[in-house]
Amino acid sequence: MDVSSPRFKEKAVIALANPTLRQALGQSRKGFVNKRAELVAALPEFEALRDQARDVKDHVLENLDHYLERFDNAVTAAGGHVHWARDAEEARNIILDICERVQARTITKGKSMVSEEVNLNAALEARGYTVVETDLGEYIIQLAKEPPSHIIAPAIHKTKEQVSELFEAAHGGPRKTTVADLVTEARLVLRDKYFKADVGITGGNYLVAETGSSIIVTNEGNGDLTQTLAKVHIVTSGIERIVPTLEDVSLFLRILARSATGQETETYTTLSTGPRRPGDVDGPEEFHVVLVDNGRSKMLGGKFQDMLRCIRCGACMNHCPVYGAVGGHAYGWVYPGPMGSVLTPLFVGLDATYDLPNACTLNGRCQSVCPVRIPLPELLRELRHQQHQRGISPPVQRRALGVWRFVAERPGLYQFANRLAARALKGLGGRDGRLRHLPFAGGWTALRDLPAPEGKTFLELWHTRKT
Amino acid sequence: MPRVGLYATCLMNLFRPTLGFAAARLLEDAGCTVEVPLAQSCCGQPGYNSGDVEAARALAKQLIAAFEGFDYVVGPSGSCMATLRHDYPKLFEDDPDWRPRAEALAARSHELLSFLTDVCGVTAVNAAYTGTVTYHDSCSGLRGLGVKGQPRLLLGSVEGLQLTEMQDAEVCCGFGGTFCVKYPEISGRMVDDKLAKVAATGADTLLGGDLGCLMNMAGRLRRQGAKLKVFHTAEVLAGMATGGGIGDGEH
Repeated sequence: MDVSSPRFKEKAVIALANPTLRQALGQSRKGFVNKRAELVAALPEFEALRDQARDVKDHVLENLDHYLERFDNAVTAAGGHVHWARDAEEARNIILDICERVQARTITKGKSMVSEEVNLNAALEARGYTVVETDLGEYIIQLAKEPPSHIIAPAIHKTKEQVSELFEAAHGGPRKTTVADLVTEARLVLRDKYFKADVGITGGNYLVAETGSSIIVTNEGNGDLTQTLAKVHIVTSGIERIVPTLEDVSLFLRILARSATGQETETYTTLSTGPRRPGDVDGPEEFHVVLVDNGRSKMLGGKFQDMLRCIRCGACMNHCPVYGAVGGHAYGWVYPGPMGSVLTPLFVGLDATYDLPNACTLNGRCQSVCPVRIPLPELLRELRHQQHQRGISPPVQRRALGVWRFVAERPGLYQFANRLAARALKGLGGRDGRLRHLPFAGGWTALRDLPAPEGKTFLELWHTRKT
Repeated sequence: MPRVGLYATCLMNLFRPTLGFAAARLLEDAGCTVEVPLAQSCCGQPGYNSGDVEAARALAKQLIAAFEGFDYVVGPSGSCMATLRHDYPKLFEDDPDWRPRAEALAARSHELLSFLTDVCGVTAVNAAYTGTVTYHDSCSGLRGLGVKGQPRLLLGSVEGLQLTEMQDAEVCCGFGGTFCVKYPEISGRMVDDKLAKVAATGADTLLGGDLGCLMNMAGRLRRQGAKLKVFHTAEVLAGMATGGGIGDGEH
């Protein structure tokens, strides 16, 4: 997938001016936020569960080699195959090879952000395969030829009316106008594809080291049909999605559903352990897990290791006021919002992603809802630090910081400058006590007046009065 | 009597001396002696948040030195005081000389209103304000320092004041330091969303604990031509919200 993050500002401004997007974002996000809050309030041990989840993830990350090997052995013992992909290209090639070997024609897909990350669909389509996304949101954006704008609600930026139009164009009329009719239509169209599919590709919410199982959670049941009806099931997952035991999975399921969609549990939780065994009534003939690194192992042991705890729930973006204003596409790659603003620079490079860590007020709401307590604002600040060190931040900002530091390091000079500014700005503010325009402060006065100072600084007034 | 060093935050010092005097009055009423060292300047947060950690460190050292010897350092800002409390120890994590000094300062640093209630045990103030107010929870104070109930407790004791909570009081107003000038369009949407919630309360006064947020919201209100008054909570608690509000000029 192309990285359009360098155009963040431009895309953000366009998004802000789009009333349809505003309507779509407002409705669904509010639902996520309110439902999550209700359920969290109803679970007194939620904060303790967050601590436990953080600790389990930290333990896994400290011992990732061990758990990955254990997982590999367990998958093999269950009759499946584990493939190791160092980067996106290796991941694509592994999957293309499997599809070619089994002479696949139709490929169904459950939702997988890793498959977006490695740009799998384009590679499959280039080889002539028919690729069908089966998650309703993914199906919608596949029809619209757009990338996802949210990690669990990929079509959150679409209104019902827009979906209605897309379906009419793709399926023919008569046009459906209610949500129920639209969903039924998608179900009927997709049902046929599941049976035709040679390969079913899903993500993996959890990879269980002790059993070699991969687990997906969905609300539509599309993942189950994708992985049980195709002849071959391929799981694409990041190497960090390992948990030690099934016991641990139950912990993560409790916090994931609440954090993601505000449900006690998702509708379907499905474990896949190896291919179909003799006597099984259904299941794939082959079971493959593609473990994708693609930059993750470089984060181990460094300042960004905490980010590898992420369970992809989307709570950070649901609660982020910047995401809420501009939506997911402005971020310009696969992962939007706070978690994406950390991951994108790390995965695609600091140079193309200057705005992502900066377009954030560091208000901390993301961290306050993160089920695995990732210190997102701190990580974003660390990225800013690295941008500064590598000279990626804008020259104007660097010069301004230089002047500010020079003056602020000299309290006498700083206070003198403040005394001048207090007088000058008060004069400019006039009787209204506010400034409508101010040179070099266009970013402020474009939208706001600047309240004028009172005329003297606190320090000079205090020390005059006290003596 | 505890000896308190009052931190004159940049915005308070330049834009709103009234707030400094309000803070001093509240501290003195709570039984503190208040001093304002002249050797202080910016806490360094703009540098820290812009990635210039070296500049932040240099300014932090200056402030640590300026406030050594006080029993407490108190400032009328959740944002600046969170920098002193949380960021200073991190800035000097690997510096054996400065780390203990940074940690000592952090442990003695407090946001004004939480200091009054949590340290001094103040539960009521002697002030009156006629009007319906709504209170915006500024992010750094709220999430960084746990400032939530303290201002509400004290506002509850102000004669004539009625507090009406807004929806999403805990959602950022779009200020975010340099964010608001680097991304004015996004900031503008955020402040408009916030002000819509403020307006829905029907309150005639907007209060908060951080001048950055208050100037952002007041500046936008003035641009829209709205009449709502904006004060720092401490000004109301000190009985000094009698002149013009933020952005009102002199009346």
